[in-house]
Amino acid sequence: MALDTDTVHTIARLARLNITDKEVTKYASELSNILELVEQMEAVDTEGVEPMTHPFDASLRLREDAVTQSDQRDKFQSLAPESEQGLYLVPKVID
Amino acid sequence: MTITTLAELSANLNDGKTSSVEITQDYLTRIENSTHNAFISVNAELAISQAKKADQQRANGEASPLLGVPVAQKDIFCIDGTQTTCGSKILEGFIAPYTATVVENMQQQGVVSLGKTNMDEFAMGSSNETSYYGNVINPWGSNDQRLVPGGSSGGSAAAVAAHLAPAATGTDTGGSIRQPATFCNLTGVKPSYGRCSRYGMIAFASSLDQAGPMTHTAEDAALMLNAMVGFDPKDSTSLDLPSEDFAAQLDDSIDGLKIGLPTEFFGEGLDPEIAQLIEDAIKQYEKLGASIKEVSLPNSHLALPSYYVIAPAEASSNLSRFDGVRYGFRTEQYDDLIDMYTKTRTEGFGAEVKRRIMIGAYALSSGYYDAYYSQALKLRRLISNDFDKVFAECDVLMGPTTPTTAFTAGSRSDDPISMYLNDIYTIPANLAGLPACSIQAGFTSKGLPAGLHLITPYLQEAKMLNIAHKFQKETDWHTKVAPSVNSSSTAEGGA
Repeated sequence: MALDTDTVHTIARLARLNITDKEVTKYASELSNILELVEQMEAVDTEGVEPMTHPFDASLRLREDAVTQSDQRDKFQSLAPESEQGLYLVPKVID
Repeated sequence: MTITTLAELSANLNDGKTSSVEITQDYLTRIENSTHNAFISVNAELAISQAKKADQQRANGEASPLLGVPVAQKDIFCIDGTQTTCGSKILEGFIAPYTATVVENMQQQGVVSLGKTNMDEFAMGSSNETSYYGNVINPWGSNDQRLVPGGSSGGSAAAVAAHLAPAATGTDTGGSIRQPATFCNLTGVKPSYGRCSRYGMIAFASSLDQAGPMTHTAEDAALMLNAMVGFDPKDSTSLDLPSEDFAAQLDDSIDGLKIGLPTEFFGEGLDPEIAQLIEDAIKQYEKLGASIKEVSLPNSHLALPSYYVIAPAEASSNLSRFDGVRYGFRTEQYDDLIDMYTKTRTEGFGAEVKRRIMIGAYALSSGYYDAYYSQALKLRRLISNDFDKVFAECDVLMGPTTPTTAFTAGSRSDDPISMYLNDIYTIPANLAGLPACSIQAGFTSKGLPAGLHLITPYLQEAKMLNIAHKFQKETDWHTKVAPSVNSSSTAEGGA
């Protein structure tokens, strides 16, 4: 299955990536090649097969609802590109 | 020049022949003088302070097998206060605020961390050519023929092969420990899924990722695995098991061992010279009392396609956290929030990572989920069922780790599919969550190393290392050092 350039642009938008017009043909062809490889999967009859989401089908553990972490806000925020008064700064989203 | 093992270093430290500071300083000097680009960052001060602490502990009568032994850490593991990049520009300068459990466990045992090794960006690659921090040079190549070290744990592999560290950590999502181990003539172990905590190990494909050791010998792998594993409440998939000594069975007899040879692992595309070396290795096992049986994993041709849906799907989800808000790189010029996200990610991620994010986003997108992701998970079940069937009639599966030896730099980077074919024998064990390893199986006529691949049933690491160790007692492939590696430092002189 060959991907058209519109689909490539849509995927890029979903993934929050910019693709230039020059790159779009390259991506379309590379992704199509990979999807071709993946198409071998379609031929297999998997009726009644349970999807395997985890190597040993473990269920998630529960823990006590207790405080286990100490407050490290300042340490973590020191890593942020921009923060102020305990807040992470991003461009304005509401006018 | 001979190899230096963790076991030897540990014995020498015990006998007072050397100190941790001396060994650590020797390796730091070798790293400084090396041209392999195997490390992204080295924190000499921290390493020496850990070594001093270990020497002090030893003087106080404390002892653990790896107390004061230095190793290299793949730059995918967070270590509090040190840069952790995962091979990506988007994490350049990121100083981890906490330590990965695997590293924490090793530090508890007194293991010294020499530095952070180079790797394919976000562990996506088989040649270390996708690293933002440059290619890594495989010591088994030459100036005329630059060879890749394999990937994604290429820096770790090159570091151990070039004697810049006696051992290193790696991670394996589709073969990223075992393939570079083969290319650099090492022993590389991917434990059962859930053995090593994934906490603090930057995620690629969470249902496949597993940390493991890269060493010269199976004995060293056992020692290191002992220090790495353990139940961790901070990883929801960590296994809560009684503690186990992976070195306990090393010398057990393997008389009567039943080896299965999956016909699918010896098909088209396998270098005939590697096929011959694997055949020779199997004969060696027969001499040790093993019996051979041909078996079939009929769905193994579906491993690669399903892997290239599952891994990118999980990656596209995991890598959505890199948005330029809380940590890491942020683009300089932007109009609004969406523009900031998009430019940050476009400038911060390399081509292979973007390609896989795109595949994953597509496979998970509305209307395609069932055809791709859901179908891939069903095939994963079929692949896993194949293993259950063959392990009813044999103890271990063997084959080549890779279809070819190390290839030249640049030769495959333009063709993703041919690059992906490298992992054709290693991926099935990741999908099924089984323990697997690669051990040194000899050299082709060009003098390049080949790897023997072992896969055992779930949680059988001790048995697997026993099988590997017995082979290494009879062969000397694992003792061979790349011709380019010189002994200019005293790293092993003191030992």
